[in-house]
Amino acid sequence: MSEAGAGRSSGEILIKGARILGGEPQDILLKDGRIAGIGSGLAGSPGAEVVDAANLIALPGLVDLHTHLREPGREDAETVASGTAAAALGGYTVVHAMANTSPVADTAGVVEQVWRLGRQAGHCDVQPVGAVTVGLNGTHLAELGAMADSAAGVRVFSDDGRCVSDAVLMRRALEYVKAFDGVVAQHAQEPRLTEGAQLNEGRMSAELGLAGWPAVAEEAIIARDCLLAAHVGSRLHVCHVSTAGSVEIVRWAKSKGWQVTCEVTPHHLILTDELAASYDPIYKVNPPLRTADDVRALREALADGTIDAVATDHAPHPVEDKETEWAAAAMGMIGLETALSVVQHAMVDTGLLDWAGVADRMAYRPAVIGRLDGHSESPGQPLRVGAPASLTLYDPSVSRPVDPGEMASKSRNTPYAGMVLPGRVVATFLRGRPTVLDGKLTGPVSGAETGESSK
Amino acid sequence: MRRHLISAADLTREDALLILDTADELARVSERSIKKLPTLRGRTVVNLFFEDSTRTRISFEAAAKRLSADVINFSAKGSSVSKGESLKDTALTLEAMGADAVVIRHSASGAPHRLSNWVRGSVVNAGDGTHEHPTQALLDAFTMRRRLGSLEGRCVTIVGDILHSRVARSNVLLLSTLGAKVTLVAPPTLLPVAVDSWPCEVSYDFDEVLPKTDVVMMLRVQRERMNAAYFPTEREYSRRYGLDRERLARMPQDAIVMHPGPMIRGMEIAAEVADSARSTIVEQVANGVTVRMAVLYLLLGGSEPAIGKETE
Ligand SMILES: [Zn+2]
Repeated sequence: MSEAGAGRSSGEILIKGARILGGEPQDILLKDGRIAGIGSGLAGSPGAEVVDAANLIALPGLVDLHTHLREPGREDAETVASGTAAAALGGYTVVHAMANTSPVADTAGVVEQVWRLGRQAGHCDVQPVGAVTVGLNGTHLAELGAMADSAAGVRVFSDDGRCVSDAVLMRRALEYVKAFDGVVAQHAQEPRLTEGAQLNEGRMSAELGLAGWPAVAEEAIIARDCLLAAHVGSRLHVCHVSTAGSVEIVRWAKSKGWQVTCEVTPHHLILTDELAASYDPIYKVNPPLRTADDVRALREALADGTIDAVATDHAPHPVEDKETEWAAAAMGMIGLETALSVVQHAMVDTGLLDWAGVADRMAYRPAVIGRLDGHSESPGQPLRVGAPASLTLYDPSVSRPVDPGEMASKSRNTPYAGMVLPGRVVATFLRGRPTVLDGKLTGPVSGAETGESSK
Repeated sequence: MRRHLISAADLTREDALLILDTADELARVSERSIKKLPTLRGRTVVNLFFEDSTRTRISFEAAAKRLSADVINFSAKGSSVSKGESLKDTALTLEAMGADAVVIRHSASGAPHRLSNWVRGSVVNAGDGTHEHPTQALLDAFTMRRRLGSLEGRCVTIVGDILHSRVARSNVLLLSTLGAKVTLVAPPTLLPVAVDSWPCEVSYDFDEVLPKTDVVMMLRVQRERMNAAYFPTEREYSRRYGLDRERLARMPQDAIVMHPGPMIRGMEIAAEVADSARSTIVEQVANGVTVRMAVLYLLLGGSEPAIGKETE
């Protein structure tokens, strides 16, 4: 299909006939890392590489607000290099790397290390998330300002995996990050209500004899945090909302004009707790899979904009941590390489969202929440002349059974193995450079952007 | 019948009746004091116990041996399992031994289900976490049938910590399959939130259901639950939900009292009630062996009739 991967001499790429956000076919010229032209019958300079994008949809490069890259500490599950490779294959150009690594990303040193590893790998930008509290222990604020001022320029802070359950500490964190326009991304889980929790509390947990994870444990924290954010005039972002009640609370908070945003994972848009009947921990995740009613409410809320973003909560685990009894298994599932397909299946093919909506929920709004929009080089911006040339070409017309063996992630804990999902990411470009072509990585781009320029 | 017995829901009404009828026949044979049947000669039954339960293990062991099976007891304590070997590795070991049936007891709900993916033999759930204990439900049904005849339309009241009880789950499923009317009685804290989706009635008032109860099954209530605020004190629990002589007197004359054990006398059941003629607690233990013989025989599909050729 293209020669762009082979010789990148001119650095100029002409994408022919792409349907931007599903619109009429147009050509897109990428030059010097930016979009140099959009129109029909564009001609690049003689050395320009041509990418045939007939019948492909062009989306802004996707932005993930919630990725577990596991490095440092659990390189057996994922590394920055393997996780970002998976991201690029999924159409992503930026991932926000969660802080629950070992050591925890709670200092400027660790976030800069992760940020640099991302630049070395070169598959996509890695925007580290800083821990809210030291060691995720929920007792002392981490040096949020130092992480914000570091080369990594952290703006999103989260103890994800754990809830900042102490109301005073949460209030202080919300207030403190205002100084650098940061946001606290809360993993909303009231700890006492979820001790030993295994599965959504309801009919399935009762039948299967698994300790319940009640919706109210999520909703109570979200309600409290919305009120706190309003009280101190701060930004709050809620990670992975999973219940119909959570959505209602966020909708109410937004109706008040409060600065509350939230995300939903792809898996909460299509999977339910019924799957736990197999006791296969591939379906064990936190927050847990909920009911069909919750799935419906989440889809509607994503469609009407109450939910701002789809975020993968990509959570790699080695086989031995999943091939166990349910209660002993690790929580989480990988999702970078299937997210866009799941969103097409759940939202686009159902008529709930058009491609412009997908771009909004998977690129623009996440970029704004993470405050990437202030940086002229950052992906996640609308595709217009002059914008950074970070985009994804996607073929929505094909279907394929998901094959974990083909994935770039080091881990295989996908809940979709064998499931037929629509769509395929054909190419991903990061600032004019292809990271994926013909559905394959362009290769390890070691040392691609090692410049230490601080942003 | 299915290849495994993991949940009481795996049993159709026909399956359940077949097991109970087979157990009846086996009971008649053992009443003629024949200790062993040759039915499962050459077959291997592994008792895989990750949780201490001498009573249940001995019951299964006796059942398998009376059918002439070879029995391997694999206790997790002090074995490679307690050193972190995974359930899957243990399963592969059992495969290598050529286990025809694996009887598993595990503290994790769903462990037998997982095991059944990894072994070729039949898996029998001998109690998994707070999920199920189907052979206990079968022996309870067997005991009820011997005392009361058919279970169709009979009112069975199960009292106690339903939330954490695998016995309650299996009994609700099996008894409703057999046509009994089950009522669960417990403080609301000890009932699962979605209990209304179960095929049974629920009451918070023990006294209200006593007069129409044919069988009352008392479940153990662990004292630790008190510390987690499931109920305020032992005294209050036994006053509201314990079975004492006064409550026994308010039940119909032929009503029976069951307990899957181990009992906490003075908590959920008064000693004099446990020891009364209407209590089936001792019979339940004996019936356990008979019912487990029937289960093993039917699951392992002995091509010969269960009864017939007899050894001395
Ligand atoms: Zn989380």
